[in-house]
Amino acid sequence: MFTEFFYALRRRKVPVSVTEWMTLMEALHRGYITTLDEFYYLARAILIKSEAHFDHYDVAFQEYFKGIPGSPELSEQLLEWLRNPLHRLPGEKQAEFDRMKFDELLRELEKRLREQTEQHDGGPYWVGRGGTSPFGHSGYHPEGIRIGGAPGGRHAVQIAQERRFRNYRDDLTLDVRQMRIALKGLRQLTRTGAEDELDLEKTIHATAKNVGDIELIWRRSRKNTVKLLLLMDVGGSMDPFALLVSTLFSAAHSSTHFKDFQYYYFHNCVYDNLYRDVERSETISTEHLLRTLEPDYKLLMVGDARMGPWELTERYGAIDYYERNEVPGIVWLQRLASHFTHHVWLNPDEPHFWRHHTVELIGKLFPMYPLTLDGLAQATRRLIVKR
Amino acid sequence: MNNGFDQFKGSADYVTSEPLRNAVNVSIALGRPLLIRGEPGTGKTQLAHSIARGLKKKLITWNIKSTTKAQDGLYVYDTVQRLNDSRFGDKDISDINRYIKKGKLGQAFLSEEQVVLLIDEIDKADIEFPNDLLNELDEMSFYIPETNETVRAVHRPITVITSNAEKELPDAFLRRCIFHYIEFPTPDLMEEIVRVHFGDIKKTLLSQAIQTFYALREIDELRKKPSTSELLDWIKALIASDIPHENISREVPFAGVLLKKETDLDYFMNNYLARAGTGRVLRR
Repeated sequence: MFTEFFYALRRRKVPVSVTEWMTLMEALHRGYITTLDEFYYLARAILIKSEAHFDHYDVAFQEYFKGIPGSPELSEQLLEWLRNPLHRLPGEKQAEFDRMKFDELLRELEKRLREQTEQHDGGPYWVGRGGTSPFGHSGYHPEGIRIGGAPGGRHAVQIAQERRFRNYRDDLTLDVRQMRIALKGLRQLTRTGAEDELDLEKTIHATAKNVGDIELIWRRSRKNTVKLLLLMDVGGSMDPFALLVSTLFSAAHSSTHFKDFQYYYFHNCVYDNLYRDVERSETISTEHLLRTLEPDYKLLMVGDARMGPWELTERYGAIDYYERNEVPGIVWLQRLASHFTHHVWLNPDEPHFWRHHTVELIGKLFPMYPLTLDGLAQATRRLIVKR
Repeated sequence: MNNGFDQFKGSADYVTSEPLRNAVNVSIALGRPLLIRGEPGTGKTQLAHSIARGLKKKLITWNIKSTTKAQDGLYVYDTVQRLNDSRFGDKDISDINRYIKKGKLGQAFLSEEQVVLLIDEIDKADIEFPNDLLNELDEMSFYIPETNETVRAVHRPITVITSNAEKELPDAFLRRCIFHYIEFPTPDLMEEIVRVHFGDIKKTLLSQAIQTFYALREIDELRKKPSTSELLDWIKALIASDIPHENISREVPFAGVLLKKETDLDYFMNNYLARAGTGRVLRR
């Protein structure tokens, strides 16, 4: 029964196992499930083990129980999401949008929506989050929208259609707490320092062996040895992502488990100097950083890696004229990447915008991940891999 | 349905949704642990209390800490006490059973009647912790080598496990659980919840407070969004203070009760309250 549904879930990369499927069959067999609504919730409770997969479940459920691929009727809903956030814009911005222009944008969006469905699962969802799409810059994302209302008395397929769990997907960017949890992956516990921790188990055993004469056994305590260096691109094309980057920064900053944590800012690309603050008033030379920090610092770069080619590859190419960099930015990036053995790049742009000359160049130097919860988790795994 | 399903119907002091009740009942019927996740303050722990009250069963709570080991839940062999007794005491040390202390899981297994077992905040423990419990939760029995004894559950306890998703739980463990995610309550449900706690609350106060609360939660820049327990505290303060109800959403008195982080409070004060007179007020 419903075997196709099982595969529909697997196709969406939901980790459903045969064990769970058999449990669902058992529940069906015993007659605990009598209506489609009950099936929707109970199958979800039994098969899905993370709210991050609820949205995939909803999509698969619609697909299976309505017998239609994708979800064309969602587009109406999507337009509604995108209309909504406008109400939340500060007054002066709203004035910029006259009615005509907005309708034009909507039409363009509809077109894009159709194109994207072919590229991504649940494609409609990506629209509007794209940082460089006309919608991204003004900073109104459908992320902020919640579709409320109690599910009382509605049909299961309708509930699935609401897709209320879009916000819980792990390929979305989320809040400080969730990022901090992802950063917890950056942990390498090693026993270091003096033998100052009592090994209770061994002490008891040794004491018992000694026929009751107490013998104390000491060991080294376990400490996290990970040191983190965070370099963040600020200003210019990064403005739409300022909130996102600051969220990541506060997550890293409030994580107490690092042995050392240092952070600096750059504008567009790394040149001779880095900055200690977002306003870029106090500088520190990149050379100095490379000299003083050991190679075992984990280097986490954050930026959209998107710039004019000359800004990356030319002398004096720095976007700020007074910078007068003798060494092209790409060389500085190479030096960073070769000095710090573990280095990754987090890019807040959508991955399908990465087909850009400088993004690809930098992508060759740094393993690049999207700045989403999923991407951050992958990046942290990459950072602690032993070479 | 009367084949032993549909047992749990909620209890007077805890507001549940139908999907949650169904998840509870299917986990009872199939004898699988129920894993509950959700934002802080959505009543995950309270659920176990509600099940115990609703089904009139005893509740055994096992609070997990970062140092908790799976073994602690089964039994502890108090070797130090025995050693001490052997040197100074006049007690009978030949009976090892006297030094075997049952943990929460052991107590739940040995209880004469079926109990509700709450394993609270399982994600606090070491990553291996859930795996170490797999067999015990599956077979509902464990073996004590010291006394060559197997402890078997008299009645399969109704097991509720809560998690804050601080750590990922191992797949093998997840496969055996029924999972439910408690969503943050909708405003309507929240009204119901507040009424459970403050039965005689004034209508205007309630609607103003809830409206303001949800508007606050919409502010993306906040580091920590206020949750149910903060709302309840805030309402308590509002009731005590006698502030005119129509001023609540405009002035947001006692905002510190809702926003616990200094940066959040500052941000809110500067960006929303300061400009309230010039037109930028909380929107919903």
